[in-house]
Amino acid sequence: MYIIIVGGGEVGYYLAKALLEEGHEMLVIEKDASRNEFICDELGSVCIRGDGCELATLAEIGTGRADILIAVTGDDEDNLVACQVAKYKFNVPRTIARIRNPKNEAIFKKLGVDVTVSSTNIILETIAEEVPTHPLTHLLTIRDKGLEVVEVKIPPDSTTIGKSVKELSLPLESKLALIIRKEHKPTVPTINTILQAEDQVIALTPSKSEEALRTALRGV
Amino acid sequence: MKVVIMGCGRVGAQLARLLDADGHTVTVLDTDAYSFRRLPPDFGGTALIGNGIDEDALKKAGIEEADAFVAVTQGDNRNVMAAQIAKHIFNVPKVTCRIYDPLRRELYESLGLEPVSSTTIFAQMLREKLEG
Repeated sequence: MYIIIVGGGEVGYYLAKALLEEGHEMLVIEKDASRNEFICDELGSVCIRGDGCELATLAEIGTGRADILIAVTGDDEDNLVACQVAKYKFNVPRTIARIRNPKNEAIFKKLGVDVTVSSTNIILETIAEEVPTHPLTHLLTIRDKGLEVVEVKIPPDSTTIGKSVKELSLPLESKLALIIRKEHKPTVPTINTILQAEDQVIALTPSKSEEALRTALRGV
Repeated sequence: MKVVIMGCGRVGAQLARLLDADGHTVTVLDTDAYSFRRLPPDFGGTALIGNGIDEDALKKAGIEEADAFVAVTQGDNRNVMAAQIAKHIFNVPKVTCRIYDPLRRELYESLGLEPVSSTTIFAQMLREKLEG
């Protein structure tokens, strides 16, 4: 596969390295001369100096036969334009853009970018999962239904411990899907399941009921 | 009509002045408050700090009711992105932007924008001046 990477920063460099190891034909386009030199020193002649949004540069490197173009510069607008030029001028079948502003995800999709990767969202989610006191973790978003799959941990001081599911005032639209307990198999909760400390509850809920669900499961 | 101008550089400020004088309702958006010094003292429109490639900033600038949008910042890509948001997300009837790079202008013209390449226009004017 022929893969073009626009932007030779940290993301671009490590991505190039990984793709090379997988045996793909690839090329990095980087504006900055010293960064360009660094990548060529480290990985061989796989980096050219230029502006990946410019038609002339993309024509020169044979973008017309590229299978994928991945834009990973630090600027959302540059990534958008690189992908659009690749898609609409050179008919590249798959374009992937890194985005910083999570709000741009929907915009990029609407403007023709095939895949967006929001570095900000990924970092936020990862940190949220690692913070032990974090009350509610988003596991998955079911976009077209407006639903979230979330995990709620029951802390030892929770007022709901010892109560059964039917005693909890759960929001109507939220459904408990699974309870994970230490040294037990995950179980599907029934209305008679009793909550225990350190339970991990996996639930399905509309975004607007998240707060109500969290309160119902952990008490105040 | 209601016009939102993104970028208050020399061109943006001048355009804001002209449209304001013609009686239009003008909102100028720029990330740097210092650039608003270019607006004339009798400017009757609104100057707003904000990034024109941010949906929320555009909403604050009244993009949802705007009849026209023009992007004239220094960055071609920023202009192109903002213009596309105005056109395809907010359905502003009249959208234009500056693109320095003539090749990129061609592409975005084919994608439905009505961009203006000051590079091409200015080079032609200079040629006329020299040859004429």
